[in-house]
Amino acid sequence: MTRPVTALRLLLAALLVVVSWAAHAQLSIEITGAGAARFPVAIPVFENEGALPRAVSDVVRADLERSGLFSLIDLGLAALPERSVPDLPALRARGADAVLAGSVVPQADGRFEVRFRLFDTQKQVELGALALRMAPAQNRATGHRIADFVYEKLTGQPGYFSTRIAYVVKSSNTRYELQIADADGMNAQTALASREPIISPAWAPDGQRLAYVSFEAKKPVVYVHTLATGQRQVAANFKGSNSAPAWAPDGQRLAVVLTKDGQSQMYVLNADGSGVQRLASSSGIDTEPAWSADGQWIYFTSDRGGSPQIYRIPSGGGAAQRVSFDGGYNVTPRPSPDGRSLAFVARKEGRFQVAVMDLSSRQTTILTDSARDESPSFAPNGRMILYATESGGRGVLAAVSSDGRVKQRLSVQAADVREPSWGPLPK
Amino acid sequence: MKKLIIPALLSLLLAACGSTGGPEQTAAQVEDRTAAPGTGVATVTTPSMNGSGIAALTDPSNILSKRSVLFDFDSFVIKSEFKPLVEAHAGFLVKNPQMRMLIQGNTDERGSREYNLALGQKRADSVRQALTLLGAKEGQIESVSLGEEKPRCADQSEECFAQNRRGDMLYSGEF
Repeated sequence: MTRPVTALRLLLAALLVVVSWAAHAQLSIEITGAGAARFPVAIPVFENEGALPRAVSDVVRADLERSGLFSLIDLGLAALPERSVPDLPALRARGADAVLAGSVVPQADGRFEVRFRLFDTQKQVELGALALRMAPAQNRATGHRIADFVYEKLTGQPGYFSTRIAYVVKSSNTRYELQIADADGMNAQTALASREPIISPAWAPDGQRLAYVSFEAKKPVVYVHTLATGQRQVAANFKGSNSAPAWAPDGQRLAVVLTKDGQSQMYVLNADGSGVQRLASSSGIDTEPAWSADGQWIYFTSDRGGSPQIYRIPSGGGAAQRVSFDGGYNVTPRPSPDGRSLAFVARKEGRFQVAVMDLSSRQTTILTDSARDESPSFAPNGRMILYATESGGRGVLAAVSSDGRVKQRLSVQAADVREPSWGPLPK
Repeated sequence: MKKLIIPALLSLLLAACGSTGGPEQTAAQVEDRTAAPGTGVATVTTPSMNGSGIAALTDPSNILSKRSVLFDFDSFVIKSEFKPLVEAHAGFLVKNPQMRMLIQGNTDERGSREYNLALGQKRADSVRQALTLLGAKEGQIESVSLGEEKPRCADQSEECFAQNRRGDMLYSGEF
């Protein structure tokens, strides 16, 4: 039974929703820990890069540095033109194991072509080459794309530099904003501004929509929001509480938690709110559903056994299996993109910390030494985990590599940041 | 909200029609009953005419103005000290069957937001169950959760956590 929506309520809701494309308070990122053995790479300025209104190679260097996996070898001001093979032994002698040679070529239509080649200085081979066309204003997107290229050639994993993250900024007790920023914190835009809390943002697999829970109606309601247009639709507003939206990998359905039939239980419905079906039944609380990348399983939190633990259930329904056994409080399961591990939050001696479990060995590693971690979210290449924590008395986001070594802190001045969600790889 | 505004507006309209005989009689007919002699002002009472009318809900000297049931850590049991409060609200709901209530359950801030949302729901459900056992109708009450999202206070102290572990009762017009 949905609550009747009067014209007045719709008007109030419309006033609360602000789709704003002005840049907002900067999300700043600092590196607080680096990888064990950083790969030395040289990314000199591109030939003719001065023809661009804004630099591209800066963005590439910053992305690779921030990943914690690379050390940047400075070659001074010399550019290495893309069309010729550089002196690889000389570059190796200066400490670079790989080097990117690039050139910027103006085009007749006012755009620019950025051509680049990546070389391995030890094996003295070319690892790859690419050319990208860009409008002058696309320096950041182009730089991220080049950083993805270098990252993939040198690590074997897709880069995540062209992705976006969603998070909630609370600037006062009456000001909450759901924001989207580039993975480097730049270009933050507000998708929703509200006087009431917003939690649990979840990216649709197509990267075009977000589901989230809004309290603007004085109760939790699940919305699906299309980012480009600001249009949104109520996906679940049944009697009681509606929360914890999780997208199926097909982008058509959501798992949600509803209390319409009693205690918090999981249901699956279509993204437009139709076709609600109960997923599981228990005598306790079932919440925080998360689909595995292959769509076969839904991991979730349940206290059906007396304490909150992680379980999984076949996504079509069936018998649930318990997954976590260590300790009295294990919540917020988030399977990795490759399906081999699970990030979650474990409470040990009163401290809530992000942990990762290898799903075949069932071995768990605690990744942080903080005390109030929440909401882990994998980067789409599975190498980094974004989460919320507290630092200096306010809410901040942090990222840690899946081996615990690379650490970053992401914060907004004079506000609490929370509820992060890492968006998908660009299509 | 709508249920109070419309009758109130209607009453004001009727009162105005009754008491201001303007220089111009407009097409709208003045209702006979409000033009009766000796009743210059129509008293607006809510549909509940039972001694504890809607004013009691916000009268600080009336127990009905108290709306929060506090809970112990990890608990969803209504403590005996809150039974008189619950009984008073149940009584009000029984006497005023058209009144609706929203119960918002809350938790302290420790732990996962979504799990806390579910725990807050248990608190709200507990209050709703107590009220319906005392005669309030299921259809009058919706129980929801705000989890840890709307704390009364922000300190990291046991006193503050205790204030946040609560169920709040809101009546029509307040939500």
